[in-house]
Amino acid sequence: MRLDQLPLNRTARIASIDWTILAPSEARRLRELGFDEGVAVEALHAGGLIGRDPIACRVGRMTVAIRRAHASAVTVADSE
Amino acid sequence: MNQAPLIALVGNPNAGKSALFNALTGARQKVANYPGVTVERRSGRMALPDGRPIELVDLPGAYSLEPSSPDEAVTRDVVLGRQAGERTPSALVVVVDASNLDNHLRFTLQLIALGLPLVVALNMVDLAKRDGLDIDTDALSRELGVPVIPTVAVRKRGLDELKNAVAGLVGSSAPKAPAAAPAEDIVTLQRRARKIAEAATAAETPIRQFTRTLDRIVLHPISGPIILAALLFIMFQAVFAWSEAPIGWIEDGMAALSDLIATALPDGFLKSLIVEGIIAGVGAVVVFLPQILILFLFILLLEASGYMVRAAFLMDRLMASVGLSGRAFIPLLSSFACAVPGIMSTRTIEDPKDRLTTILIAPLMTCSARLPVYTLIIAAFIPNSTVGPGIGLQGLVLFALYVAGIVGALIVALVIRRTVAKGASGGFMMEMPKYQLPSLRDMAIGLWQRAWIFLKRAGTIILISTVILWVLASYPKVPADSGVKQSEYSIAGRIAKGIEVVVSPIGFNHEISLALIPAMAAREVAVSAIATVYAIDDTADEEVVSQELGDRLKGRWSLPTALAFLAWFVFAPQCISTIAVTRRETNGWKWPMFMVGYLFVIAYVAAGATYWAATAAGL
Repeated sequence: MRLDQLPLNRTARIASIDWTILAPSEARRLRELGFDEGVAVEALHAGGLIGRDPIACRVGRMTVAIRRAHASAVTVADSE
Repeated sequence: MNQAPLIALVGNPNAGKSALFNALTGARQKVANYPGVTVERRSGRMALPDGRPIELVDLPGAYSLEPSSPDEAVTRDVVLGRQAGERTPSALVVVVDASNLDNHLRFTLQLIALGLPLVVALNMVDLAKRDGLDIDTDALSRELGVPVIPTVAVRKRGLDELKNAVAGLVGSSAPKAPAAAPAEDIVTLQRRARKIAEAATAAETPIRQFTRTLDRIVLHPISGPIILAALLFIMFQAVFAWSEAPIGWIEDGMAALSDLIATALPDGFLKSLIVEGIIAGVGAVVVFLPQILILFLFILLLEASGYMVRAAFLMDRLMASVGLSGRAFIPLLSSFACAVPGIMSTRTIEDPKDRLTTILIAPLMTCSARLPVYTLIIAAFIPNSTVGPGIGLQGLVLFALYVAGIVGALIVALVIRRTVAKGASGGFMMEMPKYQLPSLRDMAIGLWQRAWIFLKRAGTIILISTVILWVLASYPKVPADSGVKQSEYSIAGRIAKGIEVVVSPIGFNHEISLALIPAMAAREVAVSAIATVYAIDDTADEEVVSQELGDRLKGRWSLPTALAFLAWFVFAPQCISTIAVTRRETNGWKWPMFMVGYLFVIAYVAAGATYWAATAAGL
């Protein structure tokens, strides 16, 4: 499942990130905001009535706002 | 000349660095620029517990030592001792957010690798506790190999311990050169940071997050935009409602001062320069200080509480539809106070085309310098009636002017993104800080700095242009029996004749033409210019001199002219500082010239359309 498909309020773990579909500056910013394999993520809020974009998600202990287009680079797996 | 050891405050954005800086230095701060770049250098003096003085400098927030903006580059260069015009710091105070160690320790590890004397301020430990997180300070200190002091900057907790730790770091020897930046890549550092954070976390109870609960309402797709709109509406109503009394005090003070000087000085050049030129001109601008401060107060509160990023989140969708991102909303909202800091803060936008577009539309946000113009005209021409419970017609007109600027900006952004700044839209990725009660001290210091900048402008740009205008409008003296007005006969009047040819089709009269020239320096000068011109023309008539400027205008301008004047100022790029900062931020004259050109064209068309529509409607 991809992060943009993760239902709200369900904790998951980042399985992999496809850095190649992101621009280099975006990839670095995503890293700086704490995105990395193995980190716990949870979609908290979705903005806008149309498209429900962007989304706010918890990454580790930080809350990050991100557009669905970028969230789709992140593959998540259920955390056990 | 300044040999007190330099201590640099470093840390991630949102670590509470500035609050700590304010708590440590209080009001003894100096704001300057680093040479050659437009990055602010905030520094302040403080004494260590043993009495030694040190200079503390608050470096821009950064995520790492690999800069992605000019601000982050300054941070890197200062800690590496490479920044021109800055000494090498004797020690660093690294500020980290206690509840966000995973991320903030990465930068801390990079800084520790430099080998400078260093202490970690584990800030906002109270918020971490609130979220059920207990950090073992000793364990963290062991893991990092540096002293760690828990602090709560906004509540002034842990400051003495921090000062003691700094005193222990600052030796008598000269600062040593930092080691080269570490070669470890960001992924390795990040993983090490996470391990250390885990080891230092003593207890983590199931999260009971206040921020998350509040965000459910604040970021909700329906209640969120309603709250945002309500906040903005309250903000703009407050600018009018709360300022009435203090404006009255300033007006009374000015009138008293004017009377005092009028009786103390003999008639002549000096007396008319001071009374008609300086007091009428500068005074007409200074009365708007309360409104500007109220506006800044709201913006500071929105920033410090953590709401500003939520507003960006809510606005992202709308901004995306014109090719921008929610991030652009923050510079644009601060442009409501002043476009200059607004344009400077566009640096946080990484996408160059997003950034250029944001710079080009920033002057369309109604800045505080327009308030003097708007309030003068609205108070004089729009009846003070109510159109609904608690909604005044004057406030509504002001709101409409703000909306006109915003709608104009969105349309312009759409056009720019499809023409001169064509290309794929950048993204929107932002850290959302926790909600926090802003501290009174931080607000007071922020407001004081704004007030000082405004008064300095009033004392320099506005004073000088007012005096020049007064001289140009006063000489040569009109012959006593000619029946020609002084403001038309003078040098300024003759220059204005030329401009009048261009602007009379859009309803502008002679006095407006005259005011438009000095108003190029700053918009609010238009008010002081008009005040000066009428003060000169009216000296013969004692009765009129004592009238407020608004009352003088009422009898002389038609309503369509007044409305056209308002429409003009929604768009006209009349501000030297904005043009200068745009040149600096875009590295050349091309974009500032483009900006000035397109804004004047829109201003002319908008004022003309307003004038003719109002005339046709029989107003």
